Amino acid sequence: MDLTRFRQETNVFEYGSRTLLRRATLTLLTAVLLALFLLFITLPVVSLFLRISPEAFLRSLAEPVVLDALSLSFITATVSTAIVVVFGTPLALVNARSDYAGRELVDTLTDLPIVLPPAVAGLALLMAFGRRGVIGQYLDIFGIHIGFTTLAVVMAQVFVASPFYIRQARASFEAVDRLYEDAARTLGASRRTVALRITIPLAWGGLVSGAILSFARALGEFGATIMFAGNFQGRTQTMPLAIYTTMQGDMDASISLAIILVVISFAVIAAVKVVTRRSA
Amino acid sequence: MLSIHVGRQLRDFAIDVALSVRCGETLVLIGENGAGKSTVLNLISGILAPDRGDITLGERTLFSSAARIDIPAESRNIGHLFQSYALFPHMTVAENVAFGLRCRKVPKPEIAGAVAEQLRSMHLSDLADVNVGRLSGGQRQRVALARALVLEPELLLLDEPLAAVDMRARGAMREELRDRIRHAGIPCIVVTHTLHDVLGLADRLCLIEEGRVATEGTPEEVLGMRENGFIASFIEG
Repeated sequence: MDLTRFRQETNVFEYGSRTLLRRATLTLLTAVLLALFLLFITLPVVSLFLRISPEAFLRSLAEPVVLDALSLSFITATVSTAIVVVFGTPLALVNARSDYAGRELVDTLTDLPIVLPPAVAGLALLMAFGRRGVIGQYLDIFGIHIGFTTLAVVMAQVFVASPFYIRQARASFEAVDRLYEDAARTLGASRRTVALRITIPLAWGGLVSGAILSFARALGEFGATIMFAGNFQGRTQTMPLAIYTTMQGDMDASISLAIILVVISFAVIAAVKVVTRRSA
Repeated sequence: MLSIHVGRQLRDFAIDVALSVRCGETLVLIGENGAGKSTVLNLISGILAPDRGDITLGERTLFSSAARIDIPAESRNIGHLFQSYALFPHMTVAENVAFGLRCRKVPKPEIAGAVAEQLRSMHLSDLADVNVGRLSGGQRQRVALARALVLEPELLLLDEPLAAVDMRARGAMREELRDRIRHAGIPCIVVTHTLHDVLGLADRLCLIEEGRVATEGTPEEVLGMRENGFIASFIEG
């Protein structure tokens, strides 16, 4: 083997090994970063499960404060999701399908609660519907009080959770090919029938996952609720509020409620994945 | 008899078309892509509204800018076949065919009878409960045609009806289509890009260029105008 060729081959070898080394370092670095991040997310969640025995968990579930919070949360989140769906679906459909002056403004307003801090939302609701609020003062004349009632809990949840459904619904409606709607109309379907029999069924997967996300957001609502509805057991104390309250005395009750919310969160993500995969 | 004279401003040019088609007659529209052929069909079926003009079908005025009449698409009773057929993907073959009858609130037993009969005549009975996503191009075309014909429309608009059909099956499908149109005895407008469709289906032929009728007549007359660049290339395929 002559010297030049030998040099060339050693160079190739050196070059190859250097690339391999660089790639391995990069892979290792990515793996470490990923592992650290996953640890950061999972460790606190796992800690919840490690900090309580199964017996204590079950015992806490029978505590009135836990039971009250559980039932109140499920009822209010269900009602608020239903309200969001009933009002949000036509709104999303109109915004997806028709062009009118002010549509951008309507879109911005419906998105607003996503970026608005919940405490601001709560204060805003109080200023509008509280006893001395812009509308609340007139309701007060008729003896109607909204603030610090279960209705206020629902209103706070609707306020913060509605964008999660409306955004998703609008995107799902936009994804429906207009050709199907045109075809349906030439076959004799009124606009209402087109919406009910064609557009909504074709957007169904997106609507359901939007509703699930909205329900989850309503269930986790804390800031706006405590500002606008207060923190009264059995009336306005939802699960997040009960976690906050019991944490100061009965840690087991607090952790039990937190575990239930963790389980629900996992279920929500799984449900959304299943629904979107099936509709795709 | 269908008679239209409509205008509509599009982004690049204006549609300005006057046409009439007698009962039992098939008018074929040819022209470059984007010349406005499909738009003319959409204006007739009511998916798009003309800026001005008149559309009359038999005794009925479907659109008249002067008289401020604009019958909505769902009340025009026009069978409009789209290029991609637009079969509803969340329904079976039978449900697709039954759709228009259900919109008309026809009693259920009558719907079942009419759908079964239509599927039988289209050789689709075996596929009644199949989801439309699993059909071949030819089967989809027949379902779309069955879905339109079951409503006994007063006019048929077919936008490239054989484009999605397998090459080998096209000849047979074209003959079948011609028989269906003849049998229906109504005016029919077909948009196409192929000479075979013109020769197999057209009673009259019309060339559309930038939204206007460039020339119209019997297929022989129009195809004889070799000096027209589009016609020359159309015949050469």
